[in-house]
Amino acid sequence: MAARSLGGFGVRVALVAATVALWELVTRLASQPYFPPPSTIASRMYTLWFSGPVTHVFFTDDALTMLQPSLGRLLVGWGAASVAGVVLGLAIGRSQVLSDFLDPLIQFGRAVPPPMLVPIFFALFKIGTPTQIATIVLGVIWPVLINAIDGAATVDRQHLETARVFGLSRPQIIGRIIVPSAMPKIVAGLRLSLSLALIMMVISELVGSNSGIGYRLTTAQQNFLIPDVWGCIVLLGVLGYLLNSSFLLVENRILRWHSRARQYA
Amino acid sequence: MTISGTRVLRGAIGVAGLLVAAELALRAGHVTLLPLVSTVLARAAELTVDGEFLGAAASTLASWALGLALTVAVGIPIGLLLGAMPRVEAAVRPLIEFLRPIPSVALIPLAILVFAEQLHLRAAIIIYASCWPVLINTIYGLKDVDPVARETLRSFGFGPLAVLVRVSLPSAAPFIATGVRMAASVAIVLAVTVELVAGGTDGVGVYILKAGGGGRTDLMIAATVLTGLFGLLVNLALVAAERKVFRWRHAR
Repeated sequence: MAARSLGGFGVRVALVAATVALWELVTRLASQPYFPPPSTIASRMYTLWFSGPVTHVFFTDDALTMLQPSLGRLLVGWGAASVAGVVLGLAIGRSQVLSDFLDPLIQFGRAVPPPMLVPIFFALFKIGTPTQIATIVLGVIWPVLINAIDGAATVDRQHLETARVFGLSRPQIIGRIIVPSAMPKIVAGLRLSLSLALIMMVISELVGSNSGIGYRLTTAQQNFLIPDVWGCIVLLGVLGYLLNSSFLLVENRILRWHSRARQYA
Repeated sequence: MTISGTRVLRGAIGVAGLLVAAELALRAGHVTLLPLVSTVLARAAELTVDGEFLGAAASTLASWALGLALTVAVGIPIGLLLGAMPRVEAAVRPLIEFLRPIPSVALIPLAILVFAEQLHLRAAIIIYASCWPVLINTIYGLKDVDPVARETLRSFGFGPLAVLVRVSLPSAAPFIATGVRMAASVAIVLAVTVELVAGGTDGVGVYILKAGGGGRTDLMIAATVLTGLFGLLVNLALVAAERKVFRWRHAR
């Protein structure tokens, strides 16, 4: 089994390598200005961002000044949206009346394309990081909120009644029954909104900003620095991949008890 | 009163309550930045008969429809092919997993350089973003097909094409429909986003940028509200269509 999955891994690596080789070959033969070969993109990314000193884990100053504001906005915005979404969602989900009152508003809020908030917020408030974070929060809160409502509303009635029979206090019921039971859905919502937060971060930087990866992408495009444009795209793809994989690692730890509990059920 | 009747009534009260509360708070002058709720609603009503806005909406709608149609036309066949050939699917999966995390908006600056035609640029970005739910749901749908039904047909001497048409497609259809519904929502978001980032001659995103340039935040918010309502209606219509078409599945 291990040997087979290892063999599968080998095949996959070979396939990715073959794809990159093919990409290199085709772009070299076609020599289109807008499609530089991957080796050009990689070497450009190396000189721009990854040829720094060992003390900075090989990141250049350019990479650090570009990544810090972007990652800061992304994580602060996502964190704030997560906390607000979970707290509000649990409260709304536990009250049938409240969810009835708020349901159309939440459905509408989710249907508004989040990027449309960016120009409106920039017109209403000062352009800058706080406004960008506000657009990220309001853009990515919906998956967390909706999943938390759903999770809190579908707690097993037997579990709740058992807890009441054993005389658990209200905070205990919330902490020991409701939150753990809503956790799988909340975590799914958090993951969705993390990938959405990356998108919102890029848009807010593309539309109005003077720092970050999105800003770098626009200036590269305006100056026809094609390898830089591709470098930013690859960097954002890697960032999205890393964010998702690290989230999955944490998720597996958090939800381990859950999959175990389901095996016994 | 029925349960759903109560829910609709409460929902209506919730919407009305929030609007009235926001209007009162704005009139009391706590927040001076925002236009009044009543102003925004009046503007939104005016926009539904405003020639300039309707022209912009028609343009956005055209790129949305074109992008979604091409997504369906390309995504479903590729998904069926990959779903029917698990070995190929396993081999291609790492490529999908490398491409999918690239935020589609990050491709807009590159697409601006590559595509000269506004509609091509918009459709290309919409397709890139909305093909994933269609592709992945189609693959999952085919994996979920009951092997007994498939093998039964095969043992009666039906060829692979007949098995696909008679068993696999009907069984995967609800998954595919859900993928298309998700793609429709994603396509609306991207249709507006590409207009906001790349600009252009027309479209709702361009309309909003123009309104912003003129300091008309009331028009910006009104246009956004209408876009949100459109998205809500499209989703409701597709959910209803799924329920109607796949009633046999829910009955099981």
